[in-house]
Amino acid sequence: MKKMLMATTAAALVATGAFAESHANEVKLGILFGFTGPIESLTGPMAQGAELAMSEVTDSGKLLDGAKVSPMRADTGCIDSGLAASNAERLIADGINGLIGAACSGATGAVLQNVAVPNGMVMISPSSTSPGLTTVEDNGLFFRTAPSDAREGQVMAELLIERGVKSIALTYTNNDFGKGLSDAIETSFKELGGEVTIVAAHEDGKADYSAEVGALASAGGDILVVAGYLDQGGAGIINAALDAGAFDTFGLPNGMVGDALPEAIGPDLNGSYGQIPGAEGKGIEVFSKMAEDAGFPGSSSYAPESYDAAALFMLAMQAAGSSDPADYVSKIIDVANAPGEKIYPGELGKALDLLKDGQDIDYVGGSAVELIGPGESAGSYRIIEIIDGKVETVGFK
Amino acid sequence: MEFLNAIVALANYVLIPGIAYGSQLALGALGVTLVYGILRFSNFAHGDTMAFGTMLVILVTWWMQSVGISLGPVPTALLALPFGILGCIALVLLTDRVVYRFYREQKAKPVILVIVSMGVMFIMNGIVRFIIGPDDQSFSDGPRFIISARDFKRLTGLEEGLGIRTTQLITVITAIIVVALLFWFLNKTRAGKSMRAYSDNEDLALLSGINPERVVMMTWIIVAGLATIAGTLYGLDKSFKPFTYFQLLLPIFASAVVGGIGSPLGAIAGGFVIAFSEVTITYAWKKVLGYLMPESLEPSGLVQLMSTDYKFAVSFVILLIVLLFKPTGLFKGQSTT
Repeated sequence: MKKMLMATTAAALVATGAFAESHANEVKLGILFGFTGPIESLTGPMAQGAELAMSEVTDSGKLLDGAKVSPMRADTGCIDSGLAASNAERLIADGINGLIGAACSGATGAVLQNVAVPNGMVMISPSSTSPGLTTVEDNGLFFRTAPSDAREGQVMAELLIERGVKSIALTYTNNDFGKGLSDAIETSFKELGGEVTIVAAHEDGKADYSAEVGALASAGGDILVVAGYLDQGGAGIINAALDAGAFDTFGLPNGMVGDALPEAIGPDLNGSYGQIPGAEGKGIEVFSKMAEDAGFPGSSSYAPESYDAAALFMLAMQAAGSSDPADYVSKIIDVANAPGEKIYPGELGKALDLLKDGQDIDYVGGSAVELIGPGESAGSYRIIEIIDGKVETVGFK
Repeated sequence: MEFLNAIVALANYVLIPGIAYGSQLALGALGVTLVYGILRFSNFAHGDTMAFGTMLVILVTWWMQSVGISLGPVPTALLALPFGILGCIALVLLTDRVVYRFYREQKAKPVILVIVSMGVMFIMNGIVRFIIGPDDQSFSDGPRFIISARDFKRLTGLEEGLGIRTTQLITVITAIIVVALLFWFLNKTRAGKSMRAYSDNEDLALLSGINPERVVMMTWIIVAGLATIAGTLYGLDKSFKPFTYFQLLLPIFASAVVGGIGSPLGAIAGGFVIAFSEVTITYAWKKVLGYLMPESLEPSGLVQLMSTDYKFAVSFVILLIVLLFKPTGLFKGQSTT
């Protein structure tokens, strides 16, 4: 019996040893997005963007002496805080070294407070833009490669004024993201002398939006600004407004920008315009090319930000020489900002080499990453217009 | 002129959308109410049954469009409807055989069947997403408007436009035909009478030689037909998205309960009550009053009783009031205990 026990213990020891060894050479990054729910058409390409960065690093074999980076996807349902938190718990139990996510602001807030902070896990969200997240108590663990909507409010207000809009009707999706964005747009637009005739919330996933459109039409306005989700109530509102002849042109902030929208609504949407976080220049071009080769649309909203979120994790780990959140968290801002050599998508291998040699890098990536304040993107915006049923870029702000 | 403008604005933003939405809810509620009346449980899978039937219709429609079959000005989907109904019937009969029959033989309590139907709901939900994906699908063809708001303004010279969609008209006409057929079937045919008898008193019906399995089968066939038609009409009018169909369940149940669950007439009335309460109570009357009132009295505010955020609260308050004062619903359905 004793022998038997010894043998088992020995075997167990050997096994754990072997296990630990393989473990040391694997870095796991959780991808916690709303794969179902209101932005499910965006999260597919976003996750592929993040995974693209991971496979690039794994193939280079240069992260922490040849560590393999493996993604672990989990769903938040976008608007389901309970699901988001329990899936985040699961990812942490599965031993992730960093958490990319969540996608929707409400889920991000819930996961941060209930799971990430208590567990000391670092989160980088590629697409949560609620202004509330700027001031949230995060113990320095939360970063985002997307800018706050407070900035977007200014951009949108300027754009509207430039186009000669004097009054707007404003509707938002009734959650953290929609409320924050609509507040930002309302304040900025009023500051610039515009009139906001009505601010009305709409719920997502409802069967019928005649009531909302009736109220919005009664209030009137030059254009209708829809701070919603393109797969959800946002599209429903636009459809109902067009059918009733209430508005002809629509203002489309982020969340409403995607090729799915003109496809769903048709030629009546032509001429509507808006903006989405995005940068011009080399980074996005290279990224789009890489995405195309990998078989997904690189111009899809927040796909480059997702690539950048994953890249920041891995670069910070390399800079710290450790995949422990407590060790690398302080390096994230270092690798993202100047000084150092500029790093574009597809150059992660080079960046890892530089970091190994102890040199500085300035990660630019697909979305011109520049982290400000408590670790959020400074925010450059792509101005878009719907032309012939396509989302076309007409400028940058 | 001012008066006409007011009427047109009201029709455009309240009456027409309300009638079309009410018809869609009524058809959905009829299905729920039939299952409740005859099989005696609240079928949570109804929204996803609608989604499944509609999905089949869409797939057949796409095939028809690709080979060039069309109905002229009427959406091709109507031609594909029978195929969708057949497929949906096959699915619900299979579900009944595999799942519900077991519990029926156990004489399971209604609450257990409700939970079972939720399980079925999630499975159907998954099947639909697997086959057609979670995205919006558009399958409507033919002209979108009978008269668009812009044309109406040009034709009449009024300031307000009145848009009537082809699909809204089709929805209302189809709903009338389907309801008429259903009532004829339930009241005049032998099979319909046996269904009502079974619903009124199961034991007595069994004693008079009514075959329960046959009644159950007929119910499912009718429910599948109603679900597919309701789903297709809704999809044509708005758009098809599995998530929305799942969410449709709530107003559909509210309609069925308000009208008196188990009562087909109540389901129809309930559908319109819910639809109109959502649209009218939160309507901002500024525009209409602006036309009706003399200029000096024109309202400067929105004249909105409550913000549109509350539109669901409104339908649920109505639901609560009905349950408190008339638990059997407006049209005396079965008690909802």
